[in-house]
Amino acid sequence: MGNFIGKSVKRREDARFLRGAGRYTDDIKLPKMTQAAFVRSPYAHAKVLNIDISEAQKADGVVAIYTGQDGCGAYGVPCGWQVNFKNGDTMREPVHPLLAKDKIRHLGEAVAIVVAETLELARDAAELVEVDYEELPAVTDPKKAMEPSAPLVHEEWGDNAAFDWCIGNDRTEVEAALASAHHVTEMEYRNHRVAPNAMEPRSYIADYDINAGKWTLYTSTQNPHLIRLLLCAFVLGIPEHKVRVVSYDVGGGFGSKIYHYTEEALLTWISKEIGRPVKWTSDRSEAFLTDAHGRDHVVHSKMGFDKDGKIVAHLTDEYCAMGAYLSTFAPAVPTYLHGTLFQGVYTTPLIHLNVVAPFTHTVVVDAYRGAGRPEATYLLERIISKAAKEMKMDPADIRFKNFIPPFDGIDEPGYQTQVALQYDSGNYEGVLKRGLEMLGYEDFRKEQTKARKNGKLLGVGISTYIEGCGIAPSAVVGSLGARAGLFEVGHVRVQPTGKVQVFTGTHSHGQGHETVFAQFVADKLGIPMDDIEIEHGDTDQVAFGMGTYGSRSLAVGGSAIIKSVEKVLEKGAKIAAHKLEAAEKDLEYAEGKWTVKGTDKSISFGDVSLTAYVPHDYPEGLEPGLDFSSFYDPSNFTYPFGTHIAVVEVDKDTGKVDLQRFIACDDVGNVMNPMIVDGQIQGGVVQGVGQALLEEVVYDDSGQMITGSYMDYAMPRADDVPMIETDRTVTPCPHNPLGVKGAGEAGAIGSTPAVVNAVVDALSHLGVTDIQMPVTPQRVWKAMQN
Amino acid sequence: MIPSKFDYIKASSISEAVKLLGKHGYDAKILSGGHSLIPAMKLRLNRPLVLIDISGISGMNTITEQGGEIIIGANCTHSQVLKSDLVKNKLNIVTQTVKCIGDIQVRNRGTIGGSLAHADPSSDYPATILACEAIIEVEGKNGSRTIDAIDFFQGIFTTSLAEDEIITAVRFPKVINGNYQKFFQSASRFAVVGVAVVKDGDSVKVGVTGVSDTPYRAIAVEDAYSGNSDAGSHAIDNIEVMSDHFADVEYRSHLAKVYVKKALEA
Ligand SMILES: Cc1cc2nc3c(=O)[nH]c(=O)nc-3n(C[C@H](O)[C@H](O)[C@H](O)COP(=O)(O)OP(=O)(O)OC[C@H]3O[C@@H](n4cnc5c(N)ncnc54)[C@H](O)[C@@H]3O)c2cc1C
Repeated sequence: MGNFIGKSVKRREDARFLRGAGRYTDDIKLPKMTQAAFVRSPYAHAKVLNIDISEAQKADGVVAIYTGQDGCGAYGVPCGWQVNFKNGDTMREPVHPLLAKDKIRHLGEAVAIVVAETLELARDAAELVEVDYEELPAVTDPKKAMEPSAPLVHEEWGDNAAFDWCIGNDRTEVEAALASAHHVTEMEYRNHRVAPNAMEPRSYIADYDINAGKWTLYTSTQNPHLIRLLLCAFVLGIPEHKVRVVSYDVGGGFGSKIYHYTEEALLTWISKEIGRPVKWTSDRSEAFLTDAHGRDHVVHSKMGFDKDGKIVAHLTDEYCAMGAYLSTFAPAVPTYLHGTLFQGVYTTPLIHLNVVAPFTHTVVVDAYRGAGRPEATYLLERIISKAAKEMKMDPADIRFKNFIPPFDGIDEPGYQTQVALQYDSGNYEGVLKRGLEMLGYEDFRKEQTKARKNGKLLGVGISTYIEGCGIAPSAVVGSLGARAGLFEVGHVRVQPTGKVQVFTGTHSHGQGHETVFAQFVADKLGIPMDDIEIEHGDTDQVAFGMGTYGSRSLAVGGSAIIKSVEKVLEKGAKIAAHKLEAAEKDLEYAEGKWTVKGTDKSISFGDVSLTAYVPHDYPEGLEPGLDFSSFYDPSNFTYPFGTHIAVVEVDKDTGKVDLQRFIACDDVGNVMNPMIVDGQIQGGVVQGVGQALLEEVVYDDSGQMITGSYMDYAMPRADDVPMIETDRTVTPCPHNPLGVKGAGEAGAIGSTPAVVNAVVDALSHLGVTDIQMPVTPQRVWKAMQN
Repeated sequence: MIPSKFDYIKASSISEAVKLLGKHGYDAKILSGGHSLIPAMKLRLNRPLVLIDISGISGMNTITEQGGEIIIGANCTHSQVLKSDLVKNKLNIVTQTVKCIGDIQVRNRGTIGGSLAHADPSSDYPATILACEAIIEVEGKNGSRTIDAIDFFQGIFTTSLAEDEIITAVRFPKVINGNYQKFFQSASRFAVVGVAVVKDGDSVKVGVTGVSDTPYRAIAVEDAYSGNSDAGSHAIDNIEVMSDHFADVEYRSHLAKVYVKKALEA
């Protein structure tokens, strides 16, 4: 087997994307469709004193106007993950209303929605809605939100904490180990807030069919079934079997399209009220204000070392912003997706992390490419590099000294961490060795010394990361507070002619599932890729699914498909044996046919398929048809890892960082399509570089956003990054059938600290030990002045 | 990103455009490349009721040499200027300047007249216009007149154009020895600092954009200049320096000095 697996097959979906023929939600125009526009708060924190819609109602083309007083979705949108206080109290869960009622809690919060015949008329009428606000002081910084004098986001609890949580070893034990450590390295910084910036903004159409009593919601989501479940069971209380959620092509998500947003539910509700379809597509300004942001941790960390540079203990305290409400996965991000990665790739014997998660007068914060793991990696990889400098060790050596030794997870057991997880398989020194080789580390250090003599500021930064992917074993996440299972569904429908439809509950919004999933199904069935269609994104077609995030699609969704493929082959063998008048055990399957071993008697997959649907001459007692659905619940997470190395030159006059080389040696387990994996890594790296050098959401003290457009929010551009040099090692995942670990987030996880480490390295001889991200020219220049 | 309602009129001559502008007054806006005006309209920061499109007026998009001068029509796009051999050979500092503006799409639409009339304090052309001592030709209901570059920029998004006036062309003296240096803002790629230097023997003319809310001639630098770039340290003498999220007063002041020096050395 292996005509396709491991080959860089070109992406089938690109034909339509490159021709502009994708089917995005905003491309859909339904008969009698109306258009919605929102009235959004210009303040971060305010009382709503009065809303006057009388002028707007008189405007041309207005169909309906709703405000928070109209009783839509009284329970608001729910949170999907419960994280408790360390004393056992349940987390504080405010109602997240579809429209603000009497209180505004973040800039851009929706106050009213105007539905009109056209978008232009909806916008015009929305301007006529008059809202009286009383502005109140706001707090946007997560640490300041916990000061006693901080304005409260939700008054009922007396302070802003959503929860206060910890993980790892006993705090006093960790403190004691730090107190007696040979050396302690300390860091304080903010892993700043970024905006997801998917190329396609969020877009929804709700269509209530009066005759059928059914809703269809077209939505740019990463997980249609989860949206349907939340919408039906929690927000609107409508029957799940009468709702179809459709998510065809989606132009990028990076996490931001996982969540169930208020607009989705509101439109669904309105469509029935007005008996017509209603569409809303976010514009870029609204996207900055209302898409869930990422990161925003204020960190204080201490790591202790013995005299040889071995880590003896690690203690960190963080304040992690939740935003004004709890978004779908938000509480999981700084806790179970973050604290559980504090072991990193090191043998650290004692670890303690405390997370206070405050509400802030900002839009919600939730998972953004990597989700908690980039923040963990940034901390570990920065602090160990800082320690190396302080202890006058080489940053590669200190890592080699502390690595968990290689283990394959089969003959050697998985590695049990101090923070709840068991790693599947790993060879951390392998990726670092390869990365250093790709760089030519020793030569680089010589070049650096020479460059310094000539007044040039050259630096190298290393980062060796691990991430928990293949999300996730349901029982494990259930015990950690998830309110859903995280299995996946794979359905294989063989048609009478031997053509195959594969239905997956995962969702592709740029990843290339239509290609990769067809590759391995084609190989397993021994048939051409052209005979296989991959279907996703329609709850009426796909039985169930949990969607795509956490680098889970191949590891979990692919495994579910494999299970169904195996069932097809198992049943096919029974039919083949009957037709060939042979015993099943005497058959072998290869190249799309069953052959009686040692003979030339065979029957093709197509003939067996036809027989299954025209069962005239058929095994007794066997059902007709060749159609199987499987649920796959993984037994563990998967743990990709890798080494990223950045080389930078800093302009001494301006502080501008020039990223000269970027090396990524990743281990994502077995690779189905190297081209797609490289693409995922490169895209992720650019996103991580973006956070390190350019991107930052800035709210001022009153909660206004300073960076609400591309004039002020700096996205990385092609000329900001060099050609990314990629390579990989392969350590298969021992617990899933394809041996895959996941590649979607790796790039964004490893890259950020590599870049900042490089900048600090370039300036270290000037006494610079840390620079707040993003390391903009201004920040670098100021660091050089001190 | 939907503008409020407006009427659109395509003018076929300068005099027609001037007449229309007189008729509609405050309600009207001239439309040239639309790459500053339309984004503002989409955000509803600007809501003209009438757009008078001048982009089709013949004769406004030529680049010619007359006497000792190069005349660039107000409707010349940045791309057109960039591709002009005449400009490249006799006014290279302008070629260098337009090369730094936006990206290909922006350069294909944006015009010199629109850029100057818009007077964005971070735009590139103003520095070069000032250093070259260019002359701006305008036409209004009282006929045509010229405005010296140094008198043109009055403040943030403010010029000395009268309400009924249209820029028709910009006249540059030939420049042999000039260069433009820009420090790009990382998000918008406009100028955090843009410096144009024109040298003539021992004397120098220095135009600076991005640093203050009005582009300016760095007279203190020009006075102090005696052939070496140390004069750059006077880049912000008597200037009120802007501050934003990318460059506060301290950093922007530093950059201004560095870039004036750089331009003097180049
Ligand atoms: C993405 C992007 C990036 C950009 N980057 C840069 C950059 O790096 N540097 C830079 O300098 N600029 C930049 N620009 C601005 C660009 O150069 C604009 O095109 C230019 O500033 C305006 O020219 P326009 O022809 O598009 O004018 P318009 O947008 O058509 O008009 C702008 C204003 O000038 C008025 N106007 C236009 N023509 C005349 C005239 N002949 N007489 C009187 N009034 C007139 C209009 O009424 C309007 O108020 C950028 C623009 C965009 C969209």
